[in-house]
Amino acid sequence: MAPTQKLINDGNHAVDEMLRGVLAAHPNHLTLAAPRAVIAKHGPRAGKVALVIGGGSGHEPTFLGFVGKGLADACAVGNVFASPPPQPCVDAAMAADGGAGVLFMYGNYAGDVMNFDMAAEMLEMEGIEARTVLTTDDIASSPDRAKRRGVAGNVFIFKAAGAAADKMLPLDEVARIAAHANARTYTMGVALSACSLPQTRRLNFDLPAGEMEIGMGIHGEPGIRRGALKPANAVADEIMDAILAEMNAPAGAKVAVLVNSLGSTPLMELYILYARVAARLGAADLSVHTALVGPYCTSMEMAGASITIMHLDDELTQMLDHPCDCAMFRVG
Amino acid sequence: MDFTTQNLTALFENLAARMSAERDALCALDGLIGDADHGIAMEQGMAAAALAVPNLATLQDQFNAAAKAFLNAVGASSGPLYATALMRAAKAAGPRAAMPRSETPALIAAMADGIAHRGKAEPGQKTMLDAWAPAAAAAKSGANWAEILSAAQSGADATAAMQATLGRAARLGERSLGHKDPGAVSACMIIAEFAKALG
Repeated sequence: MAPTQKLINDGNHAVDEMLRGVLAAHPNHLTLAAPRAVIAKHGPRAGKVALVIGGGSGHEPTFLGFVGKGLADACAVGNVFASPPPQPCVDAAMAADGGAGVLFMYGNYAGDVMNFDMAAEMLEMEGIEARTVLTTDDIASSPDRAKRRGVAGNVFIFKAAGAAADKMLPLDEVARIAAHANARTYTMGVALSACSLPQTRRLNFDLPAGEMEIGMGIHGEPGIRRGALKPANAVADEIMDAILAEMNAPAGAKVAVLVNSLGSTPLMELYILYARVAARLGAADLSVHTALVGPYCTSMEMAGASITIMHLDDELTQMLDHPCDCAMFRVG
Repeated sequence: MDFTTQNLTALFENLAARMSAERDALCALDGLIGDADHGIAMEQGMAAAALAVPNLATLQDQFNAAAKAFLNAVGASSGPLYATALMRAAKAAGPRAAMPRSETPALIAAMADGIAHRGKAEPGQKTMLDAWAPAAAAAKSGANWAEILSAAQSGADATAAMQATLGRAARLGERSLGHKDPGAVSACMIIAEFAKALG
């Protein structure tokens, strides 16, 4: 099969060349603390809990696009779809540390857990307290919340934790709010085509024409099942049925909504999905407080979309409304 | 003849060449049940390890340098697992410039222990440990290198009939059946290179 078409120079340098571009494009927001460790220009300060996020590359604007005042203080950047090693996690944490402890937040994947846990042990030896809250919003990945992977819902969950830290709350409180935000965030996606790694430029799975993969992960991990590609409303309904059943929110509750592109699916299709999502929420008497539509957590050039609903309460609403200023995401 | 630091440098060169040659095959295998990057991680890790080991005085220093280089080049899950394995091998080799070949099977046993410890895995969960654990058991029972490799290969073959319960493929449930675990397959390649150098 012919190699996939990508605008890259050398697949082995894709992550570092992207990073160079990000830093050049956003000098007022981001700077490099150490190799593969990006820190917010504004945000980290004495007495503030440092929120450090990270994970594999290829999901942009997740993770480094969410580094900035009011959100994450720093980010460790891994290879494509691969957890960063412990060193950049440690470097990011030490650079962002304000003496009030560090909160690591990242998606629940075996590799990320091992690397960040090693980083947390290394920080402890430096006398820096590090806690971890994993994101586990992908409801298709396991019936057990603790075993689920973290996907597009990251943006709401990180946002809540970042606001808590920016309000100068102590580490216990920031970690509690982060876990609370995660517990109330539900995501499910469908993939319509595969993506390819820059190093191999081969599609990472086969998806025959006319089919979709329901519940696929953001690295091309197979989902719940394959089925015929359906119209947008039917896809939105299948996802919303699953989310609403599990969320079980009372009538009148407020929610935040994200309709996310996995990479190549355009805004037109996302807004077609959003129209149905809004109708379903309206029918369930749930009111939308915040709506995001666009590429927030991608899988390179994969086609497909995910829908995230966060079940808000007063505390989470306040955290989502708190201003933040990141290179690729702003509120207020 | 003893196994020397020069022999170990050559072994890491062979490991790097082997992983480079197998990269796309391992990625394709990983694409069936995972995220298709295993071959890339193994290629990058062993390439970095091979660059880190020359001109060090002891086998222990070499294995430790390889561990650090592998980890920092890769991250992912194979980074911490192989870094821990190589640090255990460093401890087993000790601060000496050469070790008797008769003692080298202990390196495999030490690496397997490190992988089990870091990954908190048990055999039967369709991971690289399903190749490493039987190889280690053979090494501990005094088997020769051909037998150690054969144990690893039988273990890797058996992963095709296993349903993953740990690692990324665990989320697939029954859909992981019928495919060998890519981590177990690359483990056999590593053990094969050890066997070639030491057998």
